[in-house]
Amino acid sequence: MTQSSWRMPRWFHQMGSPKWFYDFSGKMQPWFAVLALLLLSWGMAWGLAFAPADYQQGNSFRIMYVHVPAAILSQSIFIGMAVAGAIGIVWKMKVAFMVARSCISIGASFTLIALLTGAIWGKPTWGAYWVWDARLTSTLVLLFLYAGVMALNQAITERQIAGKATAILAIVGTINIPIIKYSVEWWNTLHQASSFSLTQKPSMPAEMYMPLLLTVLGSYCLFVLVVLIRTRTQIIETQSHASWLMQHKDVSGA
Amino acid sequence: MINFMLVIIRRDLLLVARRPAELINPLVFFVLVVALFPLGVSPEASVLSQAAAGVIWVSAMLATLLSLELLFKLDYDDGSLEQLLLAPYPAWSLVLAKVIAHWLVSGLPLILLSPLIANLLFLPTQAIPTLMLSLLLGTPTLSLFGAIGAALVTGVRGGGILLTLLILPLYVPVIIFGAAAVVAASQGMAVDGYMALLAAMLVFALMITPWAAGAALKL
Repeated sequence: MTQSSWRMPRWFHQMGSPKWFYDFSGKMQPWFAVLALLLLSWGMAWGLAFAPADYQQGNSFRIMYVHVPAAILSQSIFIGMAVAGAIGIVWKMKVAFMVARSCISIGASFTLIALLTGAIWGKPTWGAYWVWDARLTSTLVLLFLYAGVMALNQAITERQIAGKATAILAIVGTINIPIIKYSVEWWNTLHQASSFSLTQKPSMPAEMYMPLLLTVLGSYCLFVLVVLIRTRTQIIETQSHASWLMQHKDVSGA
Repeated sequence: MINFMLVIIRRDLLLVARRPAELINPLVFFVLVVALFPLGVSPEASVLSQAAAGVIWVSAMLATLLSLELLFKLDYDDGSLEQLLLAPYPAWSLVLAKVIAHWLVSGLPLILLSPLIANLLFLPTQAIPTLMLSLLLGTPTLSLFGAIGAALVTGVRGGGILLTLLILPLYVPVIIFGAAAVVAASQGMAVDGYMALLAAMLVFALMITPWAAGAALKL
């Protein structure tokens, strides 16, 4: 066997050290907090108060500034969770499993928010809270996938094994997401022609589009912030015996 | 390795032959679930024949799930699973052999039983070959994906309900195309496309699931 000359960079392996990750994430945390607050408040204020009303939907379209970021994140987080889990399996990093674990409930929350705001938006626009549209159905299946991952993660008490099991399920789920998505789309076109399509984005003027961009970016920052906080909490939980943590300024209270 | 797999298949089939209830219970469950639909929805032939494809596929799926719970559980409980994993063969070959044995005792009888069930639900006769073929291509996929779930919940308390939670979302594509093929056939339309997709999903499942379930067993 010849040794591969290419290696993962040093910082990548440093990420696997709970102590290093704890210190690094402690430094990054305030930045993401400020960015999330800034982007979200700017985007929300612009979108909810100042953007022009839609010529057809009136003001009800403004729920989009919550709905669209939540829908985008619900999918990104699942993929992120699978990537973190895969890193954990390949490089045997405990921290990666913790990151994946932190992702689960955040992702499930965003999926639920996307579904609920979608239902609220659907009532005035389509006249129904729920229709078996391809996108709605695949988002619902995504919520079920999150529920499965969450249940599995909580059923196994041994953290390391739970991390690996969750990672395997998340990877299999991620491979399946495109298949589920397309099969649901085909299924829908087979049964009935959808009278309203979310797939074709209406060409939006910049005053409507820019706030959306801001809230999406802000939501990503919020997600990273919450993942960091939750992962740090898990590090404190699992490393409570470690001497570096005992002497850490966050814990010793000095 | 082929020998190893054949030995496992033979062993599992022998075990089932000694405990025939394991083979029969899921089949009785399958027929029972199907029989509940006319009672709950309507005994009218026109209603039932429209719902037949979906009802048969959903019931087949539930019956498969029910029998999957025991796929690795019994071997895990008596300790033989550990010994089998220590054998000098890759874990995926063990998984594949066990899935083949499982399908032979759960999937195959379902397919053989399906014409009778189709008749009970007034499915047009012309759709029955399609129903059997779609089950033939689809049920192995169900067993393969189910193996991942069964491997993940082995050794977890209350694994049965957990297994359903993990696996049912992954079954969505199979049920969509399986049922759609039968509906198309009963309306006299071409079914090649659906069959090709079901076959593609089977090939895809064969590639990834034994590996994933093997990794899950080693946890």
